[in-house]
Amino acid sequence: MSRKRHNLYRIPIHLFFIILSCSFLIPLLMLLSISFTEEASIYEYGYRLFPRSLSTIAYEFVFRNPQQMVNAYGVTIYITLVGTFLSVLLMLMCAYSLSRKCFAYRKFVSGYLFFTMLFGGGLVPSYILTTQVLHLQDTLLVFILSGLVSAWNIFILRTLISNIPEAIIESAYIDGASEYRIFFSLVIPLSKPGIATIGLFCMVARWNEWMTALLYISKQELYPLQYLLQKILMNLETITNNMNSLPASVLNDFKVPSESVRMAMAVVAIGPMLLVIPFFQRYFVRGLVIGSVKG
Amino acid sequence: MIGDMAKVKRQNQRWIRFQKNRQLLILTLPAILYLLIFHYVPIGGLVLAFKNYRYDLGIWGSEWVGLQNFKFVFSSAVGRILRNTVIYNLTFLVLATIINTTIALLMNELRNKTAIKIYQTSMFFPYFLSWVVVAFIVYAFLSPGYGWVNQILKAVGLEPKQWYSDASVWPGILIFTYNWKGMGYGIILNYAVLVGIDSEYYDAARVDGAGRWKMALHISIPHLIPVTLIQFILGIGGIFGGDFGLFYQVPRNSALLRPTTEVMNTYIFRSLMDSNEIGRSTAAGFLLGILSVIVVLATNKIVKSIDEDYSLF
Repeated sequence: MSRKRHNLYRIPIHLFFIILSCSFLIPLLMLLSISFTEEASIYEYGYRLFPRSLSTIAYEFVFRNPQQMVNAYGVTIYITLVGTFLSVLLMLMCAYSLSRKCFAYRKFVSGYLFFTMLFGGGLVPSYILTTQVLHLQDTLLVFILSGLVSAWNIFILRTLISNIPEAIIESAYIDGASEYRIFFSLVIPLSKPGIATIGLFCMVARWNEWMTALLYISKQELYPLQYLLQKILMNLETITNNMNSLPASVLNDFKVPSESVRMAMAVVAIGPMLLVIPFFQRYFVRGLVIGSVKG
Repeated sequence: MIGDMAKVKRQNQRWIRFQKNRQLLILTLPAILYLLIFHYVPIGGLVLAFKNYRYDLGIWGSEWVGLQNFKFVFSSAVGRILRNTVIYNLTFLVLATIINTTIALLMNELRNKTAIKIYQTSMFFPYFLSWVVVAFIVYAFLSPGYGWVNQILKAVGLEPKQWYSDASVWPGILIFTYNWKGMGYGIILNYAVLVGIDSEYYDAARVDGAGRWKMALHISIPHLIPVTLIQFILGIGGIFGGDFGLFYQVPRNSALLRPTTEVMNTYIFRSLMDSNEIGRSTAAGFLLGILSVIVVLATNKIVKSIDEDYSLF
């Protein structure tokens, strides 16, 4: 009896969370359903959550005219994989040294890293350095280099790997293993959860990359996915211009379904991220928690 | 003689220490070098704030102009933009703190694991979307011709609105969008802290006859204070800049919306990319950096003076 009453008060709370969850999910469903709506129906009834007439023509268009999309996907996948791999490797190396209590320059390196979190030169000096001194504009390298190392992530990694027992490392050291060997054959396998956490942070950041392109990229074949999307959102002509490269026979087949196509492109760009999140959520949460308590 | 001996000995010790740590130091070297080039060198580049930069003359060849760039920054519209930026960010911070803690406390009352998981996943996903995609979603709602909001307005007999040309409605839209995207992160963070509280506290309170309100007030909320304060100190550092993605992408870079959507970071970006004012935008960025450091250090100091454990450093 009393147990029942205890549970009853949770019903309004559940109700609240269900409404809240919908407010996050419905906008996403909306993108999805617009992308599947027939163009004429959009012109007549506007965007709808439940479209009057379904059509896959937007997706046919996106995939039939793949050059631009495939290019952008390629750039994004490349910078995501290479960038994440390098970021994690460099940051883990640094974090490992910082986690060793016997490392004499620990204080200095920590301070050196910490300062970068406090003060920086800002956008303009970095821009001049990248374009006028290093001449990295319109290269893939500029994507890899931007945001390669972050002090914040190094500190999180250090906390994550500091639970490797010192005794294991000491004994390997006494057996004559070099620090490099200890790092590559002992620390890396033992810090898989930490690597997963930071790796996923980096992957999301890279997948969502558009700022670097906005600053440094003018060649269309180097556009990453998100930047291509931004171009499409800000002016529809990006799609329509691209149509001119299609053979006339295709052009005659259908008018550019521009409204649904841009939403279809957004869906195609989010897709992989949405598949990844549910599986790795717990790694993210752990990283977030470590990042926000004193460590 | 003895002095020299001591000096040699000290040098030897230093050398031995270096040898001992050489491998560990080498492991940190790539990160150190990267930050040297891409973080410390640009700090040196702040001299541009005191120059009239010309691409053909380079950094060293360009003419010194003293504080002229700063004078311009102070005399122009920057004051208003800076004020807008601070108001936006303070609103974000305060609202986020209230919303995140309240909803996390509510979630902590639930026991159904599956339901909690579903709620968390659905509120967390916008955190993983880029601002570009969020701008698409906002557009689906506000598009003048086909957007949802205008359809609803029409359905109830009101005039549809040209959302992307009316600057006055954008503070509300941006504040809503910011919270929509970041809320899940904040809630999950606070909830993770609440879950980590030792259940003995609650058991003891229950024995003493405390109800749910009392327990939330005297156990849960005090446990959230450290996380909240650290989030606050971290957030306050960015208070003068503004989230570039939010303010650039969501209003679709529309010039009509600038009066209410321009923040320092978009201003600096535009004066660099659109009008090529290297010196002035560097000066504005320099000012931003200094203000941020001052505010972070001050906040940290205040927090520290209240309770040592709550400060960030």
